[in-house]
Order: sequence, then C-alpha cells, then structure tokens
Amino acid sequence: MDLRSWIERWPVARQVTGHDRLGRGAAAMSARSAQLRARTEDADTVSRSVCPYCAVGCGQKVYVHHDRVTQIEGDPDSPISRGRLCPKGAASKDLVTSPLRQTKVRYRPPFATEWQDLELDTAMDMIADRVIAARREGWQDVDEHGDRLARTMAIASLGGATLDNEENYLIKKLFTALGAIQIENQARI
Amino acid sequence: MAECHPVGFQWVVEAQARGAKVFHVDPRFTRTSALADTHVPLRAGTDIAFLGGVVNHILQNELDFREYVLAYTNASTIVDEHFEDTEDLDGLFSGLDHERRVYDPTTWQYEGMQATPAAGRRTQGEAHHQAASHEHGSHGSTLEGGEPRRDPTLQDPRCVYQILKRHFSRYTPEMVEQVCGTPQEVFLELCEQWAGNSGRERTTALVYSVGWTQHTVGVQYIRTGSIIQLLLGNMGRPGGGILALRGHASIQGSTDIPTLYNLLPGYLPMPHAGNHPDLSTYLDTVMGQRKAGYWGRADTYMASLLKAWWGDAAQADNDFCFDYLPRVNGDHGTYQTVMDMIEGKVKGYFLLGQNPAVGSAHGKAQRLGMANLDWLVVRDLFAIESATWWKDGPEIVTGEIVPEECRTEVFLLPAAAHVEKEGTFTQTQRLLQWRERALAPKDDCRSELWFFFHLGRIIRDKLSGSTDERDRPVLDLTWGYPTAGEHDEPSADAVLREINGYDLTTGSLLDSFTGMRGDGTTSGGCWIYTGVYAGGVNQAARRTPGSEQGHVAGEWGWAWPANRRILYNRASADPEGRPWSERKAYVWWDAEGGEWTGEDVPDFERDKPPDYRPPAGAVAEAAIAGDDPFVMQADGKGWLFVPSGLLDGPLPTHYEPAESPVANALYGQQTNPTRQVFPHPVNPSQPESTQPGNDVFPFVFTTSRLTEHHTAGGMSRYVPYLAELQPELFIEVSPQLAAERGLAHLDWAHLVTARSAVEARVLVTERLAPLRVGDRVVHQVCIPFHWAHGGGLTTGDSANDLVGITLDPNVHIQETKVGACDLRPGRRPTGEALLRYVDGYRRRAGITIETGNHPVRTDRPGATP
Amino acid sequence: MTLGGNRLFGPLDPAADAGYEAPPPRVGFFTDTSICIGCKACEVACKEWNGVPGDGLDLLGMSYDNTGALGADTWRHVAFIEQSRPVEQPATGGAGAPAGLPADLRWLMMSDICKHCTHAACLDVCPTGSLFRTEFGTVVVQEDICNGCGYCIPACPYGVIDQRKADGRAWKCTMCYDRLKVGLEPACSKACPTDSIQFGTLDELRERAGRRVEQLERAGVTSARLYGDDPNDGVGGDGAFFLLLDEPEVYGLPPDPVVTTRDLPAMWRRAAGAAVTLTVAAVAAFAGSRR
Repeated sequence: MDLRSWIERWPVARQVTGHDRLGRGAAAMSARSAQLRARTEDADTVSRSVCPYCAVGCGQKVYVHHDRVTQIEGDPDSPISRGRLCPKGAASKDLVTSPLRQTKVRYRPPFATEWQDLELDTAMDMIADRVIAARREGWQDVDEHGDRLARTMAIASLGGATLDNEENYLIKKLFTALGAIQIENQARI
Repeated sequence: MAECHPVGFQWVVEAQARGAKVFHVDPRFTRTSALADTHVPLRAGTDIAFLGGVVNHILQNELDFREYVLAYTNASTIVDEHFEDTEDLDGLFSGLDHERRVYDPTTWQYEGMQATPAAGRRTQGEAHHQAASHEHGSHGSTLEGGEPRRDPTLQDPRCVYQILKRHFSRYTPEMVEQVCGTPQEVFLELCEQWAGNSGRERTTALVYSVGWTQHTVGVQYIRTGSIIQLLLGNMGRPGGGILALRGHASIQGSTDIPTLYNLLPGYLPMPHAGNHPDLSTYLDTVMGQRKAGYWGRADTYMASLLKAWWGDAAQADNDFCFDYLPRVNGDHGTYQTVMDMIEGKVKGYFLLGQNPAVGSAHGKAQRLGMANLDWLVVRDLFAIESATWWKDGPEIVTGEIVPEECRTEVFLLPAAAHVEKEGTFTQTQRLLQWRERALAPKDDCRSELWFFFHLGRIIRDKLSGSTDERDRPVLDLTWGYPTAGEHDEPSADAVLREINGYDLTTGSLLDSFTGMRGDGTTSGGCWIYTGVYAGGVNQAARRTPGSEQGHVAGEWGWAWPANRRILYNRASADPEGRPWSERKAYVWWDAEGGEWTGEDVPDFERDKPPDYRPPAGAVAEAAIAGDDPFVMQADGKGWLFVPSGLLDGPLPTHYEPAESPVANALYGQQTNPTRQVFPHPVNPSQPESTQPGNDVFPFVFTTSRLTEHHTAGGMSRYVPYLAELQPELFIEVSPQLAAERGLAHLDWAHLVTARSAVEARVLVTERLAPLRVGDRVVHQVCIPFHWAHGGGLTTGDSANDLVGITLDPNVHIQETKVGACDLRPGRRPTGEALLRYVDGYRRRAGITIETGNHPVRTDRPGATP
Repeated sequence: MTLGGNRLFGPLDPAADAGYEAPPPRVGFFTDTSICIGCKACEVACKEWNGVPGDGLDLLGMSYDNTGALGADTWRHVAFIEQSRPVEQPATGGAGAPAGLPADLRWLMMSDICKHCTHAACLDVCPTGSLFRTEFGTVVVQEDICNGCGYCIPACPYGVIDQRKADGRAWKCTMCYDRLKVGLEPACSKACPTDSIQFGTLDELRERAGRRVEQLERAGVTSARLYGDDPNDGVGGDGAFFLLLDEPEVYGLPPDPVVTTRDLPAMWRRAAGAAVTLTVAAVAAFAGSRR
C-alpha cells in the first residue's frame, strides 16, 4: 500500500475529503466492513433438503464450504414453507455440526461400567453374529395348533420416524426375511 | 399447531387474515390458543364427550349437509335388528364377551350382510389384542353378502342416521359442560360456527395431533371427528378434511412403508398364523368376497411386493414365496415387546434414532426391559439415554439396575444426519420429498441404509451354503443394491425405484399401481408409492417453485397415491359431478370431454361417469358406482357407523381415561371395556374413579411438547441454541392450585403416580385454570416430556416415567395424554427413598396387580345412566 | 454541531446524511406482534447466522421467555406477556376455587431487536468510529474497530447495545449487514414462520403497517398501534418498528424514547462557551501574570 492510499484509508482523511463530515458513515467503514459478504456466497455446493424435525416438511438449503456445513436455511421455492423455518429447523446447522455428536463406535461389554472403543467393521461382524444366534434361539416353526409361524421372537427393533422411506424399506425387508416380527416404530407411539 | 408445527401455522394465520375463524380446543392455553379467535378449554381425556356434543347439536338441529350425507355416507343404511347400543346397555354395545373383553361384531352388521369372516378361528381364540383392522391392513373391513337395505328418508329407526341420533342424544350442551368443564356458551359458539361454516359454499378443516391419538380411546376420538366432518360435508373438499399433524419428519412414511409388526408396505396386513395358511386365503380376507374398491386389486399389490423381495425365487407355483413371510398371532407391538423383555423373552433389540427410555410410556419399564437383554444396538446422532441407562439412568440411583450385574451388551453406532444422506421423507400431507446429500458423514457415522444393507450382506455371507429351509428367505432375498463412495453407501435411488416397481416383462418402471399384475410379471415394494418414479423420473425430487404454480402446487414433490393432494376429492363435486359451488370447485366431471378434471388429480377413475352403475359381478374399482367417492371402502361410502373393523364399538362413546379422578357421567361403564391392559408388578395401575383409593391421585395431568424442543430431546437437548430457550423441566399449574398446594412460582414441586415421582420447577400461570366438572372443581397440570437425566445440555426428570402402560385396543397406542396424579411442593426423594415414597402411595391407594385392570363393569356406582 | 442541518434530530435519510452517494433505499423491519407465535425462530436464526454465543441455561420464569432481554449474546429477543383482568366467577364447590380461564386472557408475544434509529446515539457517542451508519441506513458495530470503551451502552435509549463479558466489545444486531450486501434478507425475518417479522424498504413497510392497523381495527382489534414508525419521534423514527397490541411499557419498551444526544449541540455550545470563557480567563491570567 502506498502512502497516498494509506492516507486515504485513514478515516479522518475520508471524513475530511468525503461527504461524511461527521465521520459516522462511509468514512467510518472499516476494511473488514467494506469487504463483508454473506458466507453463503462462498459455498462450494448448495443442496436441496428437507427439515428433519416435525412432519410439515419445510424445504431447506444446505450450504457446504470446504466439506463443512456453513449454513442451513429455508428454501423460498417450497410451496409448503416458503423459505421459513421454526427454531428447531433454524437450529439444523447446530444439530448436524454439533461437537457433541457421537462419531465413533462405542461398546459396553456385559457387566462393564464404562464404554470401550470398537472398530466399526468389528462391531458389524459382532452384531451379525448375534442376530444369527438370537434368530435361531428364538425361532418358532409352528404354533400349538401346528400352523406355520416361521419366525423368531428373540429380536426386536424400534425405529424413529426420521428414517428415510428407503431405510425403512430395507429394515422391513431384511427383518421380515430373517423372520423377526417385533419391528416397530415411533408411529406406534 | 403454532406450538409444534409453527411453519405450517403460517397458513392458519393467512386464513385468519382472509376472515377464517380459528377455534383451539385444548386443555392447555398454548401459543396456538394465543392466536386463535377462541380458546375452548376442556378436561383432558373428554374429547369424545365434547365432539359427541357437536354431533348431537348437528343432528338435533338438522344442520347436516343432507344431500352430501344421503349420497356419500352410510346414513341411510339399515343395521341388523339385533344391534344394541350404549343407550340400551349403559355404555356397552351388544356382542361383548365380558370375560375376555372382546366384542363379537355380528350384531353390528348391515341388515342382510354377514359379519366379515376375517375373524377366523385363531383370532377368536386369542387375546383380544389382535385387531380385526390388522387383518385388513388399515382399511377397515370388507362387506360380504348382498346389497344392504337403505332408507333414503332416514326415518327408519334402524337406519344409521337414527341410530346415530339416539346414540348421541345424551351428549347435550349441559352434559358437555358437566363432563368436559367447557362452558356451554363457548361450546355452542363453536357448534354454530362449525356447522354454519360448512355446506355448499363453505368448508371447515379439522386439525388434530397426538393429543387425540395417545388415549385408550384414541381411534374413536378421530372417528368422532370423522362423523362430524361427514355430516357437515367437509370430506374430500378443499378447505375441509381431517388433517393429522404428524410430529416427526417421516412418521407418515414409517406407516406407509411400515416398520410396524402388523403391516407390510402399503397397508397390506402381515399374514396371520392359522388364518392365512396360503396366499389365496390371505387375499380373500384382504380383498373380501366382493373384491370391491381398490382393495379388490390387492392380489396385484401382494404379488408385486413378493416379487420385489424375492425376485426369481418368487413364482406363481410357490405362492410367490408367501411362506417366506413370518406369521403374527397376537400383539407384537412395542409395549408388548417391552413386557416380554422384562420377562426375558427377547435377546436382542435395535433402536434406530429412537429414545424409548424417555419417549415411550413408562420409562422405567423401558429401561428395565433393556437391562434384561443379551444385546442392544443403538444408532443415533448422540449418546442418548437409551444407550447410557446402564451407567447414568434413574435406576442406577435407586439401585434397581447395578452395572456390574447387568449383562446387556450395548453397541452405540453413530448415525448420519439428514444432510449426510439422500432419500425421501413422507411428510404429514402424504408428500414424498427427496433430499439431496450435502456431504459425506464423518468417521464412523453411517446412514441406516448403509447399516442395514451391510448387516444383511454380512449375514447372507455367513449363512451362504446353508441348507436350512429357515435360511432360504434370507438367501433368496433380492439384495444387490449398487454401492458407491469410500463407505460403499448403497444407492437410495435404486431402493426408491424398487419401491416404485417395474414391469418385469419390459424392465421399465411402473407409472401407476393400476399397472400392477397378480401373475408375477410386475414388481413393486409399496403399491401406494408406485408412480413416484412415473415416467422414469424421480417425482419426489421435483421442485417447481411454489411461485410458479397454482395453490395445489402439484409439481412440488409427489403425494401418494398418484400425486393426489386431497383424498376422496370426487366428493368435492355433487352426485352428478358438478362442483357443489363455484367457490368450492375442485374436481368435477367434464361431460364433453368425458372425464374428471379440475385442480388436482381426481381420486376416481378418470373416465367413469357419475351415472355409472356397477354391473353384477364387477370387482375392484369397477364395483364402485360413479357417485360413490370413498373408493377404498367396499361400498364407496363414508362410514358414520362402522359395522366391523373396530374392536371397541361401531360408534364412539365417551369413556373416562384409564386413570381419572372423575366418574363417567354418561354411563355406568367407566373406561373403554376393551382397552388393553398389562397386569404386571412393574406396571401398577391406579384405581378407577369409582373405586376406593382413587382420591390418592386427585389431579389430572397431561404431557406435551414445547416449540423449542423435539420429542424425547435427542435432537434438541444437545443443541445449545435450543437448550437455552427452554433450559429446564417445569410444570404449569394454575394460581388456584398453587395456592391449594402451597406452591410458589419457580419453586420445586413433584408429581406422583403409581409408577414414579417426577420433580420440576413450578410455573404458576393463569393460562391454566381449574375446571368446573359437575359439582366439583378439577385441577389440571401440564408437563412437557422432553427431559431426562443423561446426555444433553439440559437435564431433568422424564414426564413419561409417570405414565403406565395401557393401550387403545385397535392400534396399541398408549394413554400418555392424560392421567391422574398427586402434586406436592418440594423435591421428590432420591435413591431408594424414592421407591419407598412411591410404594407408600400405592399402599394408601390399595393398589395391587389387579387394580385398574378389569375395565368391564356391570354395576353403576356413581353414574347417572 | 448542526453542520448541514438537523443531523441529530428529526426526519432525514440517514445513509445520505452519513455521506453515501446515491445509497440504496433505507431498509428495516416491521414486526407485527399480532401474528407473533413466540416460536423464537428469529432468535435461533440470528444466532446461527451470526455465530452469537449461547446466553446461559437459566429458567427465568418470565412466562416462556428464558433469554430475558436483548444483550450482547441475544440480538433478537422474544418477550412473552401473560395478561388477564380476572373477572368475577361463580362460586364453585370442592376447593372453593373459582373455575374457568380469566375472560380476557391474552398471551402477547413480541420479537424485539435493535431499532436502528434514524438518530442513533450509540453511533454519535462512539469515539472509535466502530459504530457506523451503513449505506442501507442501518447501524452496525464494526467488531474489528470496537475497543470496548462502552460509551455506546448508556447512550442507547432502548437499552439494546451491550458489552460481551468474554471480549469486552459491544455487540448488537447488524441487520445481517453481510447478507444485505449481497441482496439477501436478514436471517430472522427470513425464518419467521408467520411473517410477523417483515423486512423491506422502510417506506414500503410503513405503508404496509398502516394498512395492517386499519385491517385490525376493522376486525375489532382496537388496541393495535404502531411503535417507532414516526419520523418525528424522539429518535427520528426507527429502522425497526412494531405493531403492538398494548402500551409500549407492557412489552418493556420506553413509551417516548429520545436520542440521548439530542441536546448535544446545545451542550457543545455551552461547553464551547465555557471553554471560551476559560480561555479568556486564562489569557487574562497570563496577561495578568506578565504584568
């Protein structure tokens, strides 16, 4: 920066030379203020999403910059919500970027008093083994009348209602094929 | 609605600006009440008495929309001569087996028609819990026999209209005031406005939420609303209808593609042991002998589903693998399952974004059940209380769970958030909306799609080569979804295409469920969703801006079925197919064009003229006349009276909540005689109002939500900007109750029931007021249920710990919206002292395992029949 | 200090007055409290966008208000007012307590915010030039300039601007200056579910507000009145004004706010006079001493 422009950037100089003689407006604008712009302008991607809280189905736009969610706000195109969000929907960024989120698998062995670490692959394998064993253990071929049951009563599931349709579909499909029938959802509650 | 669905409420505010009047009927004065034109207070748990009063007002003053009622409902249908009403039997209907508390609906039938044969030998032999509605998916029931007899003059004493009139005749404004505590003038203002704002030129919408469903009579609450809306001609018309405001993003989708024990996708019932030995028997009960209405096509829905699941293994000669489906034979719902856990019958439990330790009724039962499992898998965004009860749950403090003695193995697997995966939600208006993925989940976070696809893959690997017949359904399963990315994320798009279904002869996606066939040449995972990929386009991902389309906005997302935005919209036109009025024109018959047209997709065959009459032997939609709009019903009519399909009666009847300090002023029968009970030491119930010890719990309480939090708190108590807005559990009490019990604003107080005691800070507010009920004053207390002691930025007791387990018999939903309690100043005892404290209450009330679990009463203490 | 006219009092276009050539139209908020549902979406959307820190987990017992007031960490604040004038109730049995809700129970809700005054005392007293008038006519604290002197805090007639304990600097609503710069509306008004908070050019908002009052009056809501819309009021009119359903005091608003620097010119004149006198005296003294 040369001396001249340095001087010109000095608020007093701007105050004296510009129209803002009281130094309360243009002359007082800092370099940061001059360059400010909404961070959504810098987003690498903007995804069209839907609020995960209640069932109104408000449209959301999700702004991502450098692999981080930088803003979630209402989608004005939505004929349902017209760009608006309630406090929960407006807190969606806080929800998905929360440092309190669980990001690693935790494991509590029988009778333990604390969590342990566990690799995801190991956990998947252990769960698969337990499903197979419990399925066999709780298997019922027929009822007391000899009518076909073809089911296991040892495995149960309760799903939340923020699951996607595609997810519910795979859950129902897999569990039904396994013969597990106690497959339930918040929709019962 | 403003409280729990604020953004949806913008349309109410807009309607108000255009002159609409809003009545808010609620025990609480909420943020919705603040903006409503009139808040109508009532005692929690008395809505059928209230709504029955509205029905009575309409019928006594002949305010019904007669032309609509005659043409579109079963008002004129004659009912069997042996039917006896609650008027005759002091609160019971004919057909009750007093011992087993099960109704035989034979006498509820239309004259000359048979009882549905669905209730086969096994259902009759079981506990009453197996709802007939489950036999038919969720579409009520079939009608068998010939044409029912009708009296279009509505004068026959046995026609539905007259039965309805007699049934509700005692629901007078005086009785409403006496039961509900609602002042007569406020009640009558609502009646007059509701009826006055309905008819040809105007419609009224009815909106409800879980304040109606979470009762032992929840289904009948909604039935009463339906009766009113049918009588006033508000169904299938713009600005009318009954809107269920659902509380979770895809709770509608969770029912459509059900993770529910009694349903297969698209409301097809799960097959029943004994009743459904093979596919054709199964289809007989689903379709009915007459195969009338769209359920008459159920063979195509079912074959397509089985083809979607078992592919080439599913062939006509093996019933399309029908026998791969496990059979149900009783209640296998979540509450029965929890009781089974406590009994040690369940080994493993998956919790998928769900926090029953806080969100389900009777938190202690939930936690004790989980403490008696071999293993538990919790998948969530946060370390919720249902994952940590073994180290910081309330039972650790009381000593009821000792970590070193608890064998449950717990896996806590981090889940992906809504922006970290793609897929569809189905929202409250049956609308599917596709979400794009914004970014990949971090570390071990994964979608449920990933978890179940890979779990299935690993299990199939481990079972491969098995010759055990029991493993065939797993090994034959179509499970070849394409995956992508470093985590091998399965394609949600491929799953949605499978749900939509294919024509297997051409490989192209189906455009409509009417393209499904029963011969195995089509597939489709959920028939009501067929069309979501019509034209090979993901219709749920459509986002034509609202500003660029009309008010129906049919090009935003996709609504099932067939992108219809208002169900049964044929009823928006008169029997001849003309709009009831210009003002309320929506869908109408274009005689020149020979088709139904209008602003929405007609909920009718496009080319079926209003004067169409089904020929003898017609099936499916062809069996529905051109002026019968309710196309899912076998007779095409809206049912004011339900001849079969409900377990607790063909008409709604006011019963007191299972736990109430008030006696039933209408009948000797106090509570729903068929409600489901779970006598067990863990689940003590309180005495009914007419039994000794009832006065130990003199106050009514209701649980609720707050705008700033979400259900069991798993998505709000961990979010700083939400937690600070409602940072602590509180109870709301009226100034009068505060004075009576010595409570001061912001001091501690606690509620006590037979299950537990829950402490909270006191908010004294005039928004709650004592109600005059009969000759006494009843105090109500409100408590939100978002809190728990575990994770989260704000902690507190769980309101659901107060609630016992007793259920609506039709749908197995718990009574969390009303109970009876005591209220005391100060904090509750802790540790073992808490157990002794609650035990003291049980002893004072004389509670045993039998208490409150024998709902059928033939004596009439305290009642005024 | 009346250079160029009445810059510290009365109606004017503040952006032009602050030296912007051909500034965009002045923008602001019209908050219609008659349709506020107290959901606090505005509070959350503001915090999400501006990264405002949490304000503590305290149950205040002020109805459903647990943030208490506007401050350094609360730039939008929703007030809840439970109102009733209990009426005579028929005597009842049981406990003898009166039954039924008070006849005229009202639950008023109002989302408060910095008023972005036409004559902003906070700005006038800021010695560092941190507080400044933007081209949109709004008043913004520049966080890179503020040195935490705190002069602005007692200057605000509404008690809005506040010092953050953690860093000592003054903070308040910026009307999302960064969003305005790229043509976006502020986060709070964008989120507001019922459009209780409306953003727009001030002239248009004032017209709209006038129509709304008339509409409510026609509907029998005679208590509706505007607050902060009048360019002739003590602060030259607010950039953020309100439709209220009761007296301002009910919502915790000053009934007749006056820019605290209104008397500055007179004070300066007096101060200048005193200075001249002093100088004369000093000169006289010097002169005297030389004598």
